[in-house]
Amino acid sequence: MTELTGTAANMRAPSPRRSSMTLMIVGGAMLAALAVLAVAAPIIAPHDPDAVEVRRVLGAPDLLHPFGSDVLGRDVLSRVLYGLRVSLLVSISAVAASMVLAVPLGLLAGYFGRWADTAISRSLDMILVFPAMLLAVTFIAILGPGSVVAAIAIAVIYLPILARVMRTSTLVVSRNEYVAGARARGASHLRVLVTHVAPNALGPVIVQASVLSAFALQLEAGLSFLGLGTQPPIPSLGGMLADGREVLIQAPWVEIFPGLAIVLAVLAFTFLGEGLRRAFDPRGVAE
Amino acid sequence: MSRQLAFIVRRILLTIPMLFVMSIVVFLIIRLVPGDPVRTMLGFRATEANVIELRHRLGLDQSLLNQYLNWVGAMLHGDLGQDIVSHAPLTELLAQRLPVTFELTALSMLIAVLAGVPLGIWAATGGPWIRRLTEGFVVFGISVPDFWLGIMLVLVFAGLLVILPPSGYVPFAADPLGNLRYMVLPVLTLATGEAAYILRTSRSAITSVMDRPFITFLRAKGIAPSRIVFGHALRNAGPSIVTVVGIQVGVLLGGAIIVETMFALPGVGRLVVTGINQRNYPTVQVGVLAIATIFIVVSLVTDLIVGWLDPRVADAATT
Repeated sequence: MTELTGTAANMRAPSPRRSSMTLMIVGGAMLAALAVLAVAAPIIAPHDPDAVEVRRVLGAPDLLHPFGSDVLGRDVLSRVLYGLRVSLLVSISAVAASMVLAVPLGLLAGYFGRWADTAISRSLDMILVFPAMLLAVTFIAILGPGSVVAAIAIAVIYLPILARVMRTSTLVVSRNEYVAGARARGASHLRVLVTHVAPNALGPVIVQASVLSAFALQLEAGLSFLGLGTQPPIPSLGGMLADGREVLIQAPWVEIFPGLAIVLAVLAFTFLGEGLRRAFDPRGVAE
Repeated sequence: MSRQLAFIVRRILLTIPMLFVMSIVVFLIIRLVPGDPVRTMLGFRATEANVIELRHRLGLDQSLLNQYLNWVGAMLHGDLGQDIVSHAPLTELLAQRLPVTFELTALSMLIAVLAGVPLGIWAATGGPWIRRLTEGFVVFGISVPDFWLGIMLVLVFAGLLVILPPSGYVPFAADPLGNLRYMVLPVLTLATGEAAYILRTSRSAITSVMDRPFITFLRAKGIAPSRIVFGHALRNAGPSIVTVVGIQVGVLLGGAIIVETMFALPGVGRLVVTGINQRNYPTVQVGVLAIATIFIVVSLVTDLIVGWLDPRVADAATT
């Protein structure tokens, strides 16, 4: 009877473990495929992404140009592959830079508490006074447009979120008896933090970082769309969407394919992040 | 003083440091520009006299503290300075632009709430296929960037069906129907993603309330399911939904920067982007100041509503 009920329940909804594995595999595979396409762009791109061909201006998709060509007759597929490179590079490096800063800050705030926590947490909260996009735009207003500035802005925007997750996770881990045991054996705070607390507290931050990568990618594409992120002639997915806006009705392929590439990359990060969250952060610290 | 009143006072006081930090960041926009901001603004052809005149007009030849105090003082008297390209007073420019951004964000949030909350309730109380359908909408809404959704909506409604204009704007007072026709696509673009977030929050908030013992008790008493959902579950899920709506206003304001540029709406977001491209820093400052102030005020109102809806929040904050 028990076994029958269990089987019926399994048929209705997949187990959380299985669903997290499926999401991770699907997200991971999509991301790996996109990363391979981006890295191998110079080898697999059928044409030079910057090669202008007057006879091919707004050319419809065909066998030679499967995604068609743009306002300057450049091959859209080759530009999408190169654009994907920039988008992935900017979003991943921005989130990685944010993590590099957030992990020590969150560790210090969560482990030492009191004034360290107040000083770090309140300072980082100030970043949250601005909506993310507005803060990015403000950064660019000061430092000028470009993909490096966009990456710095994205890293700063996500710093308080990642540091907060690291702080909460550190608080939970620090309460464990093995941490008190290490201190009792005479280990220094630095040693306890590096060897006992940090490795066990990192899980939720990695989960949150992969979720944020999806938003970072959208933010980078949005900034490039506004002309504030990656600058021409470097191909970027957001920039391609901005370039093709005027010819949308005559040549929709100029807009459809770069947009689909962004959606696929965002989906890959979202699935991977959600799968990781379900598998490694069941307590929901990263939320 | 009652706890509720103490909560309101405390929350309003908390807004002061937020406004202060925001004002510092906005003030520093011009001052942090690498090199000489005045030369950057005026370009290579500017004469030395022009540079000195603009530097003086912007107060950049004074000490930093004096500059800040004068800037805040002028702002509090309603003097936001001058646009360096059109020479129009920025107070006037903001008065023209703000209603557009207000209309866009308010309509988008209204549509997002009107779609997201009922769909969330439906997802929480309906069968598995409803859950799957709404989950599909959530994944779509979260993964599709608003600017691409906007482009696709233009392609379908302005390009293929030719029933809506692709971009442009007329003020509501001049032509109400025309204004709404221009607003349909920008509002749909912004509202879709927001509706997905609100749906997800409403669904999980209602689902967790429906699992509580008092709901089981109400069911056992034979109370109609619709009354349980709308009279009890929704009321308890309210604070979570309102909190997310408040947070998402920030996302909407950020999204408005893109959507206004994309649909040629003369709002504050477009003013900021044009200002950056023209190195028109005073205008960028005023635009950023306006959007950030709206966000801070909305966060304050959201917290006060949550404290009113759920007195336990006010109690926890004051004890």
